[in-house]
Amino acid sequence: MLTRTSRLVPGARRARHGEQHEGLHYNIPLQDMRTLFPHSLPPRFSMQVKTFSEACLMVRKPALELLHYLKNTNFAHPAVRYVLYGEKGTGKTLSLCHVIHFCAKQDWLILHVPDAHLWVKSCRGLLPSTYNKQRLDQPAEASIWLKNFKTTNERFLSQIKVQEKYVWNKRESTEKGSPLGEVVEQGITRVKNATDAVGVVLRELKGQSSLGGFRLLVAVDGVNALWGKTTLKREDKSLVAPEELALVHNLRKMVKNDWHGGTIVLTLSQTGSLFKPRKAYLPQELLGKEGFDALDPFIPILVSNYSPKEFESCIQYYLENSWLQHEKAHTEEGKKELLFLSNANPGQLERLCAHL
Amino acid sequence: MAAPCVFWGAAVSYRLFLGGRVSLALRQGVWKAAAAELQVGTGEKILRLRHTTGVTAKKNVAALRRETYTVDFIKKQIEEFNIGKRHLANMMGEDPETFTQEDIDRAIAYLFPSGLFEKQARPIMKHPEQIFPKQRAIQWGEDGRPFHFLFYTGKQSYYSLMHEAYGKLLDVEKRQNQLQAKGLFSEKTKTKDLIGSRWLIKEELEEMLVEKLSDQDYAQFIRLLERLLTVECSAEEEEFVQRFRRSVTVQSRKQLIEPLQYDGQGMAFSTSEGKRKSAKAEAIVYEHGSGRIKVNGIDYLLYFPVTQDREQLMFPFHFLDRLGKHDVTCTVSGGGRSSQAGAIRLAMAKALCSFVTEEEVEWMRQAGLLTADPRVRERKKPGQEGARRKFTWKKR
Repeated sequence: MLTRTSRLVPGARRARHGEQHEGLHYNIPLQDMRTLFPHSLPPRFSMQVKTFSEACLMVRKPALELLHYLKNTNFAHPAVRYVLYGEKGTGKTLSLCHVIHFCAKQDWLILHVPDAHLWVKSCRGLLPSTYNKQRLDQPAEASIWLKNFKTTNERFLSQIKVQEKYVWNKRESTEKGSPLGEVVEQGITRVKNATDAVGVVLRELKGQSSLGGFRLLVAVDGVNALWGKTTLKREDKSLVAPEELALVHNLRKMVKNDWHGGTIVLTLSQTGSLFKPRKAYLPQELLGKEGFDALDPFIPILVSNYSPKEFESCIQYYLENSWLQHEKAHTEEGKKELLFLSNANPGQLERLCAHL
Repeated sequence: MAAPCVFWGAAVSYRLFLGGRVSLALRQGVWKAAAAELQVGTGEKILRLRHTTGVTAKKNVAALRRETYTVDFIKKQIEEFNIGKRHLANMMGEDPETFTQEDIDRAIAYLFPSGLFEKQARPIMKHPEQIFPKQRAIQWGEDGRPFHFLFYTGKQSYYSLMHEAYGKLLDVEKRQNQLQAKGLFSEKTKTKDLIGSRWLIKEELEEMLVEKLSDQDYAQFIRLLERLLTVECSAEEEEFVQRFRRSVTVQSRKQLIEPLQYDGQGMAFSTSEGKRKSAKAEAIVYEHGSGRIKVNGIDYLLYFPVTQDREQLMFPFHFLDRLGKHDVTCTVSGGGRSSQAGAIRLAMAKALCSFVTEEEVEWMRQAGLLTADPRVRERKKPGQEGARRKFTWKKR
C-alpha cells in the first residue's frame, strides 16, 4: 500500500493535499524543520524524527479541513479562530504543525507559540515589568521565543517597519520606520526588555497585518494556559494570576479577533495544563468560563483517534522504517493486538511501538 | 493367680495398641499405664507386671504418643452418635430415620453458628469412624506370638497384599499355560477399565493398609497390578484389581454457561460478573461489534491509561481470536486499578462462554480465564511488621 505522497518541493508547487491523500504520509524536508520548528516539536515526535532521520506527518481529516478553510478565507473579515480539541494523544499538536508548514509554504508570517503552558509554570526570574508596574516580566521565556521567531520569519523581519518610536531605556530606542528585526535584536540582546519586545512585536504585527502586506498566522498550542491558573509565585509567596504576566496579557490581545488579514489556530491541551482533570478535553472544560467567553465565537475542530485506514497506514510506515521488530508485527493478529491495546490512539500507538 | 492373669491377658489382647513400630521402652511404659488403669478401673488386686525393667515410665508418655482408643470406646462413641443424631432430628423437627449427614451438618451450623474463619475449627458432628483415626488392633497374642505370618517383615499388610496379588498372577499364568497347551488361547481385548479411573495414590493405599509405605513399595505394587491387568484374568481377579482403582470425573468442573439474552434490536448479549481482591465487575458482551469497550461509561483507553491493564482486558479475546468482534459495556467498583482490570477480565471471559463452543470453554478454563483469583490481602500479625515481614532483628 502506498504510504508516501509526493514530496513537497519547497516553493515550486503549492501543497496539494486533498481528500484522496487522507491517511498518507508526507515528508517535510529537514531544512524546513529547522526553520519552522526550532525547539517547538513535541519531544516524542522530535525523537522519532531523529531516529528515522526524516520528518513524516500523516495527512488527516482535521488538518485537511483546516487547510480547506484556510484556502477559502476572506482576509477582509476579522480573523477566524479555529480551536483544535480532542482526547489526549489524538494528534492536535501535529495537526497544528501540518497547518503551520502549509502556511509557511504559502509565505505567511508564522507566529507560533509552541506551548503556552511553559509560560505559566516553573519560570525562574520573574521581574516586575518595566512598562507596567503591576505586571510581571519573564525574560528567559521571552528571549527564547524571540530567537525562535527570528529563525522562523527571517525574511519578514526586514520587510516590516515599525510604526512608532519605542524607548527601551535611557540609551536605547527604536525609531519609527526601522525594521522589525531591530526590535527583535533588541529583545534578544537586552534580556531585560525581552518581554516588552515581544509585546511590541505582537502589537506591530497585529496592526500591520490588516494593511495587507503579509498574511499572519497565529498558532498557539495549549491555549487553555492563558486562562487557567499559574503555579508562579512572587517573592512574598502570593500566587500570580495569568493576567499579571505580561506575555500572557499580550498574547490574549493577539488571540482576540479584532484584526483582519490572517487566521488564528489554537490547540487545547490537557497534558501540560494545571489543575485540570485528566479526562477533560472539551473546550468548555479546559478553557473555563473566562476563556470560553474570550474566545467565543470560534470554530471547534475535533481531532479523534485513527480511522482503520489511517491506523493501517501508520503501521505500514513503522514497518517500512523497520521500527516494529516483533516477528508477528506484520501479521493480521499482531495488527489487531496493536489496535486493541492502543484503541487507535496515535499517541498510545507510538508509545506501544517504541517498546515493541 | 491364674484367673487374674487370664483376665489380664484377654483384656490386653482386645485393647487397641499401636503397631510394631513402637519402641520397647514406650510399650512397656504404656503397659504400665494400662496396668494402672486396670487397677483404678476395676479395683482389682495389684497385679504384678509380667515384664519389669529398669526403665521408668515417663509421666506424660501417654500424651506424647497417639491416644489409644479401645474397641469398646469406639463402639460407645458410635452408639452415642446415633442417639445424638436422633435427638438432633427431633430437635429440628425432622424424621430421625431419614436424617442424613448433610442434614446433621446443616443443623449443627444452624444451632452453633460460628464466626471462625478456619472451617476445621468449627463445631462438627460426624460419625466416630471419621473422627477417630484408624488404628491397628494388637498384632500378637498372649504368648507374644504374632498372629500374621508376615509380622516380622515389618510391613505385614503390604507384603501380604503383594503375596496375594502375585499368587493371583501365578494362577492366571498357570491357567493360560493350560489353555495354550490345549490350544484354546485367545487374545485379550480389554482396555476399557483404564479410562475414567486411576490407580490409588500412595496416601490412599497407606490409609487402606494403616501402614506407612515407601515410594518404591508403592511403585512395585502398582507395577504388579498393571502386570495383572495385561494378562487375561477372570472376574474375581478383575474385582481384586478394581478395588485399587478410583474413578476420575472427565471434566473436573462444569462451567456454568450464562444463557443468551436478546435486547430490543435483536442483538444477542450475555451478562456476567467477576471479582478480584475487593473489586467487583459486571460485564455485558454483545455478539456483534467492533471491539469497543466502555468501562463505567468511559472509554477503556481513558479508564486504564496503563498498558498492563489493557493487556489484561485483551487476554480473553486474544485467546479466542475474537479481537475486534465484540462490544463490551461494563461497570466496576472497588479495588485498585489492577484488581479492577482482573475483575473485568473474569467477567468478560465468563460472558464469552455463551458465545463459544464447549471445547473452547474447556480451553479457557485450562488457561485460567474462568477461575477467580483467590489471593487476597494477608492479615498483618502482631509481633511482626507486616504479614510476613518481621521487625528488624537486633543482635543486642
